[in-house]
Amino acid sequence: MKPFTYARAVDAADAVRLSGAPDARYLGGGTNLVDLMRETIELPAALIDVTGLSSTIEERADGGLLIGAATKNTAVAEHRAVRSRYPALSRAILSGASGQIRNMATVGGNVMQRTRCAYFYDAAGSRCNKRDPGQGCDATDGFNRMHAILGTSPSCAATHASDMCVALAALDAIVHLSRASGERTLPLTDLHRLPGDRPDVETVLEPGELITAVELPALPLAKRSTYRKVRDRASYAFALVSVAAALEVRRGTVADVRLALGGVAPKPWRAWKAEEALRGQPATEESFRAAADVELAEARPLRDNGFKVELARRTITAVLSELNGARA
Amino acid sequence: MSITINGSVAELSGDPRVSLLDYLREHRQLHGTKKGCDQGACGACTVLVDGERILSCLALAVQYEGRSVTTIEGLGAGGALHPVQRAFIEHDGFQCGYCTPGQICSAVGMAEEVRRGVPSSVTADLTAETALTHDELRERMSGNLCRCSAYNGIVAAIQDALVEAVR
Repeated sequence: MKPFTYARAVDAADAVRLSGAPDARYLGGGTNLVDLMRETIELPAALIDVTGLSSTIEERADGGLLIGAATKNTAVAEHRAVRSRYPALSRAILSGASGQIRNMATVGGNVMQRTRCAYFYDAAGSRCNKRDPGQGCDATDGFNRMHAILGTSPSCAATHASDMCVALAALDAIVHLSRASGERTLPLTDLHRLPGDRPDVETVLEPGELITAVELPALPLAKRSTYRKVRDRASYAFALVSVAAALEVRRGTVADVRLALGGVAPKPWRAWKAEEALRGQPATEESFRAAADVELAEARPLRDNGFKVELARRTITAVLSELNGARA
Repeated sequence: MSITINGSVAELSGDPRVSLLDYLREHRQLHGTKKGCDQGACGACTVLVDGERILSCLALAVQYEGRSVTTIEGLGAGGALHPVQRAFIEHDGFQCGYCTPGQICSAVGMAEEVRRGVPSSVTADLTAETALTHDELRERMSGNLCRCSAYNGIVAAIQDALVEAVR
């Protein structure tokens, strides 16, 4: 591992100030960054440990929750208010990684984790536009069964690996940010970029900008929300397809819906088109399937991942049907 | 810069690159904690930090300054084996034994998670009491691989040692 300096930030302002050092990176639980450093894909000269920053989950006056960015994934998943009011978030976190990793990983680090594309990781033997911009992409014509079908570009089809972020995208989460010039907030769905011709630029964050918290706005329909992950083995594997959804049905009609997909796109994929297609429609399996088709119409599969189109279609339909059947 | 290992205070390395796993094995000569994949995929390096199970291979030791680490060497008390260690022997919960220290530390941390009500991805009702059923146990231990595939013995050992303990 390349030598680096290590400093612990005492608060957000301290972290932002320390991040002015050349090639500095924020360090959360280390579950992704330490691995990438060992693989020489990340080569920071300075690590700023932000695990000592806010790790509280606060009730907001409007009925939402404010989750400090240093909160461990386990602590979010087990929190009573998250389990009862935002069950999709608990389920998404619990379906990711392992018990040990969830005890280490922070909310901020989970949002900022990088893809597990095998070509991105293979620094010695593969071309990757995300790792080395302009180099080319060996995944496009390679083994791309795990890759994205939505939002890709000729430069990159790597997926965003987070489960947590898929639920956050569905639940209208807002990310709180801090930088030298002040603070701002962004919807989580606006934080990650699509690859275009710069897959190395993964978020809209400015250099040194720090995630300080993730806010869950009050969302009554989230009480009936869930997360389903389809993968190659029953546990401890990345998603082939995952679905986070919340559904509100009144007199047999879809009054409101939230839908997001994982494992199929370079960012947590909010299915805006499917939601738009569903509102006001009869709450039936036919409507759910039709909405899935609207969202997946723009899918562009590669050689090995065409199965994800049908898998996503079926999983969306099954999850919405489950929520519809479970309504009180 | 100090850290507590199995009850004894020790000085940390000055090099921030040293993982907690390498610190335990190379600097403290505690070879019970195993290096399997060294990339967070196998669970062989699982240790307890302030009672919580983590992967020591993905942990920079410097991040754990001031914390209390328990390794397989520190689980038993006064020369006696921990009940989970005894149960692994009783149920033949291993073949080559390489994953065993990680399995046992993970099981002890997992039991504490169940006791305080942490749900899992197979928990049907997130708001109900958590019970350590066979399916729950297997899901919660999925971060510990055993390439000899001694899983039946591992699950039996953990059930025997912990199902009563977490009630």
